[in-house]
Amino acid sequence: MEKFKRNKEDRVLSIRDLNISFETAGGVVKAIRGVRMDLFKGETIAIVGESGSGKSVTVKTIMGIMAANGKIESGTINYTFTNEKGERETVDMTKLSQKEIRYRFNGKHIAMVFQDPMTSLDPTMTIGKQITEGMMLHLHLTREEANQRAIKLLTDVGIENPEKRFKQYPHQLSGGMRQRVVIAIALACDPDILICDEPTTALDVTIQAKILELIKKIQQEKELSVIYITHDLGVVAKVADYVDVMYAGRIIEKGNINEVFYDPRHPYTWGLLASMPDTDTNSKRLFAIPGTPPNLLEEIVGDAFAPRNPFALAIDYKAEPPMFNVGGQHRVASWLCDPRAPKIDPPEQLQERLIRMRAETGMSVVNEKEGA
Amino acid sequence: MTEINYNAEPLLHVENLKQHFRINRKFTTKAVDGISFDIWAGETYGLVGESGSGKSTTGRALIRLYNPTSGKIIFDGHDISGNLSSADEKFLRQNMQMIFQDPMACLNPRKKVSEIIAQGLEINHLYKDKEDLEQKVLAIIDKVGLSKEHATRYPAQFSGGQRQRIGIARALVTNPKLVIADEAISALDVSIQAQVVNLMKDLQDELGTTYLFIAHDLSMVKYISDRIGVMHLGYIVETGTTDEIFTNPIHPYTISLLSAIPHPNPVLEKKRVSITYDKAAEGVDYSKGVNHAITKTHSVLATDEEFEKWTRKAEMAHEAGKLNY
Ligand SMILES: Nc1ncnc2c1ncn2[C@@H]1O[C@H](COP(=O)(O)OP(=O)(O)OP(=O)(O)O)[C@@H](O)[C@H]1O
Ligand SMILES: Nc1ncnc2c1ncn2[C@@H]1O[C@H](COP(=O)(O)OP(=O)(O)OP(=O)(O)O)[C@@H](O)[C@H]1O
Ligand SMILES: [Mg+2]
Ligand SMILES: [Mg+2]
Repeated sequence: MEKFKRNKEDRVLSIRDLNISFETAGGVVKAIRGVRMDLFKGETIAIVGESGSGKSVTVKTIMGIMAANGKIESGTINYTFTNEKGERETVDMTKLSQKEIRYRFNGKHIAMVFQDPMTSLDPTMTIGKQITEGMMLHLHLTREEANQRAIKLLTDVGIENPEKRFKQYPHQLSGGMRQRVVIAIALACDPDILICDEPTTALDVTIQAKILELIKKIQQEKELSVIYITHDLGVVAKVADYVDVMYAGRIIEKGNINEVFYDPRHPYTWGLLASMPDTDTNSKRLFAIPGTPPNLLEEIVGDAFAPRNPFALAIDYKAEPPMFNVGGQHRVASWLCDPRAPKIDPPEQLQERLIRMRAETGMSVVNEKEGA
Repeated sequence: MTEINYNAEPLLHVENLKQHFRINRKFTTKAVDGISFDIWAGETYGLVGESGSGKSTTGRALIRLYNPTSGKIIFDGHDISGNLSSADEKFLRQNMQMIFQDPMACLNPRKKVSEIIAQGLEINHLYKDKEDLEQKVLAIIDKVGLSKEHATRYPAQFSGGQRQRIGIARALVTNPKLVIADEAISALDVSIQAQVVNLMKDLQDELGTTYLFIAHDLSMVKYISDRIGVMHLGYIVETGTTDEIFTNPIHPYTISLLSAIPHPNPVLEKKRVSITYDKAAEGVDYSKGVNHAITKTHSVLATDEEFEKWTRKAEMAHEAGKLNY
């Protein structure tokens, strides 16, 4: 894939104006508020953001997974794929039933690795059966072919003694191993889209690196598109082409990875980047975003981040900021990006890091943006 | 920062600790297979290593959730490795505490936060009267950054970061000398991780608490630890100050671990490939290794030949300026 170039005909997923709410005893939770997102062939998007900001709900909705008390208030999720007749076809996933999505797309076209591996493994079935089942159904492999492919996949995700593990049940594996099995299952049927929700938090860095490199390799071979949810910004830097930052049910900053990581504009993104120790952090304290996220039961007026934002303007408490185009592929929902706003720089600690990071790469972000 | 006196007796002395699990007549998992290390009062010792290397088992053996298979654990002068006398048991329960990865799993959902926190004081009879108990609970709630109103709520009514604060309050209320934090922040948001780590550091400065910090996020371990132990397959293969581990790693497993840390710099990160370590291919047998000291604080588990080979390699890498973790 050529870096940061997108062709319209390569779009596989297009989410527009998605609004989702949940009915609860305490009232209606407006969990997703106007999400817009595009995914193109062969690329990786990372979704980052505060716990409870709506990352999992968004990606689960793509798969047609919705809690009984949840409701899509509005919006479309268009998925474009090659159907059995070999034609390109586009369907709106929000119009299909969960059953239909499961039957037509699950595993074969779109595969997902969930936050908690135990929920996606069947405790009564051997690991081997769980991996091969889909391959025999979707790829029409014989049992023997499927077994061979499964052993290869288990080896690829770093499981030693795959033949032995093949015959075991999920509870006989450590947490990290189970997670790798789930990843192997997800990759088993050559999906077009792989959605990973915190896939590697239970893994150590060496296994994590191995799995990320494996996904990257498959991506290059098969033009697999990946949506990645993680709170490890090092992982985001490693895998992502594009980043969407979510806060309180909205995407508040998006752009290609270089735009967001070397030139962040939203104060929440500043806080997020600053609160992570990079291995050069020497200061005695980590930067921590003060306060807590908003209560989604209440109507949010203005910018949802304003109460925690030391740089908040008066207008932040009154009106919700639109998505400002700040150049290139970079979009930011913050009044600070309004041309009339006072010029405010990121916190000093972060600025130092940004300068150091840019210097390390020997690149100038500004030039890249002008050239885009 | 409190100064650590490395000439004093260590707060925790672990010698050749083994923790085996018998699975069946033919098979035993040697989760921890002879590890030795010391932790001094007021410091943070980070324990890192791959999934299944025995980190949690080590923590659980130390706090005596298990009966160690063999080895010695001396904690503040008390031998806590064998059968515990009731006095030693009492000392241990009061002075060693654990913070778990999933705070929800260890907080009783039907108990109010104040009751959960009070438990440690009640079990150890660390209060004069009801009023004193209440006061102590409120003091720790305040210290971990929660408010009085939170005391009467139930765990489910808190966010992840707040729950972890409750877990910390529960662990710290008995004023323990050693706190074992097993993946205590792994499940939290980056911004909340920062809050919790800052809190742990502040409390250490204020109370002089010692931490055994188990984690697989090496950038956080680097940030919080004074010294680090690297575990692999039931052995501590290398230990040293944080600086020694990060700037002069000797053991190939340590090197592969450090090379796998993803850095938040996208352009560099996209190009970097991690270094793999294949123990079998290199013919390494941990049970044959002995601890070779590089400095007073830095040592590596290796045979004589391995030690020579690895130090030479490290020197060459240093000269080539190739170390960049
Ligand atoms: N079934 C439900 N009923 C009520 N509220 C819900 C339900 N499912 C999700 N929510 C709420 O929707 C919001 C978004 O949740 P979501 O799981 O998408 O968060 P997330 O960004 O994935 O967070 P995390 O990083 O913690 O996984 C949260 O406020 C959550 O409490
Ligand atoms: N109670 C037990 N019975 C049998 N085997 C066990 C038990 N507890 C742990 N093990 C095994 O001991 C080994 C070490 O496990 P441990 O939980 O200590 O690893 P860890 O380093 O904490 O890994 P992680 O990073 O995944 O938490 C693993 O192979 C595990 O399967
Ligand atoms: Mg989630
Ligand atoms: Mg563990």
